[in-house]
Amino acid sequence: MKTIRLSIIGFGAVGQGVARSILSKNEYFNENGIDLIVVGISDSKGSEVDALGIDLENALNRKKQKGTVANGKESALEIIEHVEHDIVIEATPTNIDDGEPGLSNMLAAFNSGKHVVTSNKGPLALCFSELREAAEDNGVLFRYEATVGGAVPIFNLIHEALAGNRVIRIEGILNGTTNYILTRMTEEMLNYELVLKEAQELGIAEADPTYDVEGIDSACKLVIIANSIFKEDATYRDVDVTGITKITPEALELANKNNYVIKLICEAGNGSLIVAPRLVPKKHPLAVGGTLNVASILTDLAGRITIIGKGAGSIETASSILSDILYIARNS
Amino acid sequence: MIVSMTLELKDIPGQLVLALSPISEFHGNIMSVIHQHEEKTPRGTIPVQITFEIDQRVLNELIERLEKSGVRVARVGEERLRSSVSVVLIGHIVHSDIGDTIEKIDSTGFAEVVDLSLAMPAINRTSSSYLVINAVGEKELKKALEILREVSKKKDLLMIEPIRLNSGAP
Repeated sequence: MKTIRLSIIGFGAVGQGVARSILSKNEYFNENGIDLIVVGISDSKGSEVDALGIDLENALNRKKQKGTVANGKESALEIIEHVEHDIVIEATPTNIDDGEPGLSNMLAAFNSGKHVVTSNKGPLALCFSELREAAEDNGVLFRYEATVGGAVPIFNLIHEALAGNRVIRIEGILNGTTNYILTRMTEEMLNYELVLKEAQELGIAEADPTYDVEGIDSACKLVIIANSIFKEDATYRDVDVTGITKITPEALELANKNNYVIKLICEAGNGSLIVAPRLVPKKHPLAVGGTLNVASILTDLAGRITIIGKGAGSIETASSILSDILYIARNS
Repeated sequence: MIVSMTLELKDIPGQLVLALSPISEFHGNIMSVIHQHEEKTPRGTIPVQITFEIDQRVLNELIERLEKSGVRVARVGEERLRSSVSVVLIGHIVHSDIGDTIEKIDSTGFAEVVDLSLAMPAINRTSSSYLVINAVGEKELKKALEILREVSKKKDLLMIEPIRLNSGAP
């Protein structure tokens, strides 16, 4: 049995999803010869540390009742640097102004010889090459499947399953919120403001929807793709971004009459990075509705491969994080 | 020039070759052949639609050759605008002079706006439109889109272009 010790830095929807999936998958890990132990959890109010393994059920209940997991004062950085463990799960919220606190957390993890698995887009959209180099210099692994497309395994697919292929172009819908808004506007002929309100009530859009509807979230994901797959040293500022706020129900109706839908499409290839509303033929594989995400990858050997799945959600995102944890467990 | 022809062939073997070989002899570049064997004309002949690129000066001679060999040339037309793209514009389309927007494309000589649908829900709300632009070739179509992009930027219109549909192979 191989023991892998983890810390979960950031205990919001994603962090809790990870804890819940570790609990529910205990048997699976044991069958695969892996014993996962969480030795530290931190959220914005404090932390819990136990070198022998935190009782996750207990931690989740405490979070639910008190709004924090805290029963101790160690900071995230103290846990990362001073508690002995193997993998840091960095699941703090995305911040695209300076990438903090995720950026410092990740660098501290690498510099203290720990692997990083993350769902946090901010640091990767701003400083991808710096992070990759820090991981390489310290001989540790850096995995970020959960940053793009939620449960949809884009990086694993390209780096592992499609190894040997050259990727020519990637197009996709990488933001479920805007996809939901555009789908509902088309179906119900409702205007943008009304559907946004509906999405906010359902918890699909945030109170401040700017990141999603202005295409910022999509652009961050495209930057991570550009760095990871095209090895471009791109940052968020290199993306040509147009959001969906100006789209009218009439435009969607006109497109619909001519067998098109309008989708917020991310496109990377030929050195250009574009996020913009585009016309997509209704029968095209990219024309998926609701909150779904989709990525269509054009390669030189395999041709076009398209994957569709859930782009958000606590457990769905945890699925990508777990797969990265298992990758490290098997390859380190 | 690019020509599209409808030929009528007798329903006996060897007729398709008889129709196609003069085109290559006149250095025509055949782009597509649609041969519908099951759709006979009332005259009992088989219609074939052929599109090819050829020097305009030899076209009449070619038609004569085809007729002489027993192939009936039922229709000859020039295929001028072969490439097509759909675009959606959102904004103050009418107030920013839609006539001028269309004219910017039409005046190129290589591209035309061939379809336009407009939706104006209310005076104080933005309009939406769906345009189809045809051009003589893919290169020209790209240029037309570039022009429209410039115009949209100047007039503060949101231009929604289609995704790339060709495989874009290297």
